[in-house]
Amino acid sequence: MNTHLVTNPWLIALTVAFVILTSTTGEVLTAAAMKSIGDLDLIRAKFGMRGAIIAVVTCPTFFTGVFFMAVAFFALLFALNHLNLSFVGPAVASITLLLNTAAGKFFLKENVDRRRWAAAVLVCIGVYLLAH
Amino acid sequence: MARHHLTLKQFGILGMIMLCTPLGDACLARGMRQMPPITLDHPLQLIQAVFTPWIALGILLLIGFFSSYITALSWADLTFVYPATSFGNVVVALLARFWLHEQISVSRWAGIILITIGVTIVAQGPPRTAHTEEQAQ
Repeated sequence: MNTHLVTNPWLIALTVAFVILTSTTGEVLTAAAMKSIGDLDLIRAKFGMRGAIIAVVTCPTFFTGVFFMAVAFFALLFALNHLNLSFVGPAVASITLLLNTAAGKFFLKENVDRRRWAAAVLVCIGVYLLAH
Repeated sequence: MARHHLTLKQFGILGMIMLCTPLGDACLARGMRQMPPITLDHPLQLIQAVFTPWIALGILLLIGFFSSYITALSWADLTFVYPATSFGNVVVALLARFWLHEQISVSRWAGIILITIGVTIVAQGPPRTAHTEEQAQ
């Protein structure tokens, strides 16, 4: 039984917001890096596994993305230590999904049409319902 | 939207993403609940947590997730890959229902259906749209 749950709503909101923002930043930077590197399967077929690893580890944007994802990971550990998974999991997953969709459109120039927006909203509501 | 052409291997990579995420999160949650309260005054306790069995297993699963995830991002959009991560929650809920014979409420069934519809809608389109636009220019 967990005896150290946080009850201050502002602290809860701040913790969850921090996890979401660092996570989204990490996801977008990592996606941008992988987009610039190109299809890893093709690189591996041409230059082997070593070539694929070198292509990834020599990309500075990738490491910046990983840095933010690592920060998000430790922030999530902190959140799980103080808040219920049934709250943190869906809250982070659903809001990050919507932010990633917006970031995909505006920063990664992905073609986020009505279908992708509809899908993002459906999955967001679905994640919330699944946890309650 | 043009139809996509994912190979069996690429579907396997998406499957790895779907399974490793919820299982990894569950291991992390279980591990962190066994830890004493961690305060911002002693942040190094978070590093110590990494070496406990459940957290270590959770991290191994998340490494499996991450390697699959970056591979998928190399040939698909973030807005194509990311919804797939949520489908892992559906897999876990269905396992709980049919393997562990747990009861699932109506709202949870509704959640399962909505996520499935959402992921199916995204999967109907091409995995890489930014690339398609570049090719079109």
